[in-house]
Amino acid sequence: MNPTGLSPHAGVAPAIPHLAIDPFSYGFFDDPYPAHQEMREAGPVVYLDAWNVYGVARYAEVYAVFNDPLTFCSSRGVGLSDFAKEKPWRPPSLILEADPPAHTRTRAVLSKVLSPAVMKRLRDGFMAAAEAKVDELVARGSFDAIPDLAEGYPLSVFPDALGLKAEGRDHLIPYASLVFNAFGPPNELRQQAIERSAPHQAYVMEQCQRDNLAPGGFGACIHAFSDSGEITPAEAPLLVRSLLSAGLDTTVYGIGAAVYCLARFPDQWERLRADPSLARNAFEEAVRFESPVQTFFRTTTRDVELGGVTIPEGEKILMFLGAANRDPRRWEQPDSYDITRKVSGHVGFGSGIHMCVGQLVARLEGEAVLTALARKVGSITMSGEPKRRYNNTLRGLESLPVTFTPA
Amino acid sequence: MTTITFIHADNRSQTVEAEDGASIMLAALTHGVDGIVAECGGNAVCATCHVYVEEAWTTKLDPVTDDEDALLDGTAAERLPNSRLSCQIKVQPALAGLVVRIPDRQS
Ligand code: HEM
Ligand code: FES
Repeated sequence: MNPTGLSPHAGVAPAIPHLAIDPFSYGFFDDPYPAHQEMREAGPVVYLDAWNVYGVARYAEVYAVFNDPLTFCSSRGVGLSDFAKEKPWRPPSLILEADPPAHTRTRAVLSKVLSPAVMKRLRDGFMAAAEAKVDELVARGSFDAIPDLAEGYPLSVFPDALGLKAEGRDHLIPYASLVFNAFGPPNELRQQAIERSAPHQAYVMEQCQRDNLAPGGFGACIHAFSDSGEITPAEAPLLVRSLLSAGLDTTVYGIGAAVYCLARFPDQWERLRADPSLARNAFEEAVRFESPVQTFFRTTTRDVELGGVTIPEGEKILMFLGAANRDPRRWEQPDSYDITRKVSGHVGFGSGIHMCVGQLVARLEGEAVLTALARKVGSITMSGEPKRRYNNTLRGLESLPVTFTPA
Repeated sequence: MTTITFIHADNRSQTVEAEDGASIMLAALTHGVDGIVAECGGNAVCATCHVYVEEAWTTKLDPVTDDEDALLDGTAAERLPNSRLSCQIKVQPALAGLVVRIPDRQS
């Protein structure tokens, strides 16, 4: 299907630039920035022939799509697969893949479970766990910052906060990586992930049941809302599943991004050491700079004009969060990592009604780790070549060998 | 444009001509008023845009919704009866002269 079936001279409507970029290819993952720029410069809306989808890479259009959820819906899937045409690979999410009014109800529940007031209660424990983790790593000196810190720290706090049993937690990261690969097109990453998904899915569905969730955790709190009628008992496990899908691997990539930034930009690391109260903003800026969640799709519910062009009903639109977060139309010196930047408004956690409901958990973890680093570590040096981890949605590293010296 | 005054925790004050229709939070951010962090960009998730509205003005604002009320329970600085989230207050001519105080911390 060619949406601009017109010849270039046929009408007054400006033609949509067709690009050959495949944003789900290994070459793109290795270095997405030239392609991001090409898409931003080509126009406010582009068409990607590789997968027959529209794309938006400028801040203004990404923001506009996020903030018009009735036109750009989520209920037909936020991956390439259109749920109106294809059976979803798993039962759809009751929050991420839902539109108002259904979304409004489930969102209200997760907002309460993950509210600022709840974060206040978690804060001391998360801070202490980060200090213990960084003490252990300073004592070791040289290690791999991805498994040992970016994965190690969230694994030491998040499953407990959720109330998960100790056994089987090794399914968590593979399950999340599957979920985020599955948003992509039917390429090797997605197909392999789905082929290997059965044991991880079985584990996750089991852990979402009320009996398997410890009292006081996020999971038990979600189930408690089925007693008061905000959600049904059948909905509760699926909402717990949302936290298992979106709550762990994302922060692994987020913390990995922050450590990678601090290892690459020693001047910013020195500023953080001099003023550890910058830790929270330094994490936020890393989320803008690396955009651990790179992309999400929407589906048009009607013909719509966007950026001066008309997109028909039933089309998939791919939002490039990482490109919007470095759009020079919106950001000064977008390609520099600046821990004092006023970063409010970045779309690394999305925007609008679906904006990350777990962002406060992510920030608490990020702030805890960077505060502990700033207080306890003297220098961070890379002691080997970083290695990229490939995922259709998430951007981050497989391996980041580093050496810490004590402060 | 509507005149809004921000008073910082150290009593320094800044008066800005804010664009009608935007939020008080956005007015602070676009006019370089520090101390309103707005981590969620105005999506009513973060409670880091907390302000204390000067007493004379509290009754002139739209009442606090249930969502805002729940968020205010999690502010970093103490919640007071005049606590509001600045992203939930829309700049409008009726608010000309509004004075808000910025707490000493947001997270
Ligand atoms: C650095 C870490 C994180 C990043 C970059 C991130 C990013 C995002 C983004 C971009 C969205 C918007 C999706 C959309 O509009 O379609 C989102 C939604 C969501 N996130 Fe996060 N996230 C992170 C951490 C977390 C954590 C820790 C949790 C759970 C505790 C979580 C749970 C969710 C859920 C449930 C949604 C769906 C919200 C809705 O549809 O209303 N995320 N996240
Ligand atoms: S800016 Fe986040 S609640 Fe107001």
